[in-house]
Amino acid sequence: MPEPGTSTLGLAGWAVRTARLMVGVPDYDTYVEHRKVTHPGEPVMTYAEFFRERQDARYAFGKGGRFRCC
Amino acid sequence: MTALVRSNPKGHWALWVLVVILGTVSLGVVALNRGESINAAWLVVAAVCTYLIAYRFYALFIAEKVLRVDPARPTPAQRHNDGLDYVPTNKYVLFGHHFAAIAGAGPLVGPVLAAQMGYLPGTLWILAGVVFAGAVQDMIVLFMSTRRDGRSLGDMIRAEMGPVAGGIALVGVLLIMIILLAVLALVVVKALVGSPWGTFAVVATIPIAMLMGIYTRFIRVGRIMEMSIIGFVLLMTALLFGRTVSETPSLAVLFDWKGETLALAIIGYGFVASVLPVWLLLAPRDYLSTFLKIGTICLLAIGIIVVQPELKMPAVTKFVDGTGPVWAGSLFPFLFITIACGAVSGFHSLISSGTTPKMIENEDQIRLIGYGGMLMESFVAIMALIAATVIEPGVYFAMNSPAGVIGTTVDKASQVISAWGFLVTPEMLSQMASDVGEHTILSRAGGAPTLAVGMAHILSGLIGGKAMMGLWYHFAILFEALFILTTVDAGTRVARFMIQDLIGSVIPPFKNTESWVNNLIGSALSVTCWGYFLYQGVVDPLGGINTLWPLFGISNQMLAGIALILCTTVLFKMKHERYAWVTLLPTTWLLACTLTAGMQKIFHPSPRIGFLAHAQVFGDALAQGKVLAPAKNLEEMSRIVFNDYINTALSAAFVGVVLAMLVFGIVSIRKALATSRVTTAEVGGSVGSARAAHA
Repeated sequence: MPEPGTSTLGLAGWAVRTARLMVGVPDYDTYVEHRKVTHPGEPVMTYAEFFRERQDARYAFGKGGRFRCC
Repeated sequence: MTALVRSNPKGHWALWVLVVILGTVSLGVVALNRGESINAAWLVVAAVCTYLIAYRFYALFIAEKVLRVDPARPTPAQRHNDGLDYVPTNKYVLFGHHFAAIAGAGPLVGPVLAAQMGYLPGTLWILAGVVFAGAVQDMIVLFMSTRRDGRSLGDMIRAEMGPVAGGIALVGVLLIMIILLAVLALVVVKALVGSPWGTFAVVATIPIAMLMGIYTRFIRVGRIMEMSIIGFVLLMTALLFGRTVSETPSLAVLFDWKGETLALAIIGYGFVASVLPVWLLLAPRDYLSTFLKIGTICLLAIGIIVVQPELKMPAVTKFVDGTGPVWAGSLFPFLFITIACGAVSGFHSLISSGTTPKMIENEDQIRLIGYGGMLMESFVAIMALIAATVIEPGVYFAMNSPAGVIGTTVDKASQVISAWGFLVTPEMLSQMASDVGEHTILSRAGGAPTLAVGMAHILSGLIGGKAMMGLWYHFAILFEALFILTTVDAGTRVARFMIQDLIGSVIPPFKNTESWVNNLIGSALSVTCWGYFLYQGVVDPLGGINTLWPLFGISNQMLAGIALILCTTVLFKMKHERYAWVTLLPTTWLLACTLTAGMQKIFHPSPRIGFLAHAQVFGDALAQGKVLAPAKNLEEMSRIVFNDYINTALSAAFVGVVLAMLVFGIVSIRKALATSRVTTAEVGGSVGSARAAHA
């Protein structure tokens, strides 16, 4: 389940989305929607799996993970 | 703003004329004022008007004429949409992501150090630099990467300029990383020496972050907002308790550390932190520091706008001649490398070719995110400059001059600084120290403490008054230390992968990043590299920042030079050479600055500037068996000479990398000119080329 606020896109919703993407976690609803549309019937990660996958990817510096600036 | 433009063209032009007039008047006040102190609001208005004009006209010109962005062309986010890395993202959300990635400690430190020449030189360079160099670089690199599936800078250099150029650039990036980590760690050491309050609060961030790491990984998975709020409350509790620690002798002694101890602690920390799982320490602290950073930047902006402090530093000081105590060297080239981030930062070329290009919805948003994001960072630098110049100049010089110059007592320091023409009494210096809850503020070089005093000065005017100054000061120290330590942790990992990559090309088994043995050896090598320069900086009686910051500035501008050479090459290969001056101009300027600064650091006859001259002075004395201050014995003498040679070699490496890239750039441009075809390696322009890219 996503955190509250990400599915209802008022100003607060956008702010939460921005804050989450600032630390490298894109929108979960968008991901689920994308999987449903382009890969119907295939497994979709739960929010917990999605979060862990994104967290590991952000700091996998040897494989395209990104370092912040000075 | 564009909506306004289209709906009402006449009102629109009147508005822009107004912005131009307002900007010109403010800049005039900032530039021509002599003798009287001026209000910081003039600087803010001058900067904002400059940004608006640059964004509306120059950035639009670059987007439409120079790059010819194509709103109809599918971006990598659309072509590879996977819901994870490649996601078409709302432009304002992406702006936030990009800004959070480019904003770091750099724009907060450089302008503070540059303030020794007065507020004017720094201001003019930050504004001119961002408009014509920094924002141009960020935007064009973002554009290039967006047209190449979000490839990294290194990959693009390899593809456009050849594998050797790519390899040299990689070595350059590793060198800048090492110096960056050393100098940032040194900033933390300088801020925490003999400060139990600050040290306690910073040490407390480690268990707090670990707790938050476990919380988001296992207890309430991925609840970033909850975690951040709890973490923030705990951090503030630690900050408040820090005062008690500093006022309780039995506790204070536990956190009252010397520079050498702090340096070794950070080196040890860097090693341990970089081998722990990321979710335990790095990730949660990254989250906390990112939000704290954005929040503090907003708070500082509000503070400056509401409080409207007076700038006490003169517009131009006598130190423009290069005799300043904070760093050595004349205005050209050293001002232009002292302020890197905020005017132009090569490091951004790595960010602009990182995650951002994979999330752009449409090419017409490259202007907002690339150019606009850098303008925002530049504004952070302007705020740092304001924070450094609102405090009494005498206090500023007391905080930023090395002990070797101003001594270690308030009496001696006030004598020396007053003799420079900046009147300051011993009472003022002790009063400031007690206001912010420290024993001493003398020789706290490195920018962070000065910024913290300036921020405390501004923010206590907003909330809390003088009684809150100590808390604001340590809040500012905590906020800087928090994200610097996150950078140290992440940077050590990045440097480890680069080292493994480089050594692995000679000893293949070392390339395996999954191996624990490789991991430990790689991390040890990585911390040894930056730890060496950190320790050298800490024991340096001239404060270390004197030596390390110019090296960092040169390396960062070197990387900007490399990125801009690539941008220029690509413009020629795209056959847009008519507009190549847009990147040739900043490239030429940056190359002139880095090469001059690099050569002066090596060969300048003054031992204050040139490493070889310094080595000569100490080498000669050593040969005669004499011991020169700051060294205390012959062994230290020979270590100083050895360090000089290491620094010389490093400067020479920077100069060499720049020159090599210049040659590769010229060769590629000549090739591009010799053919009438477009020779650049873009993908995704038509169905055919998109297929070719996937094949």
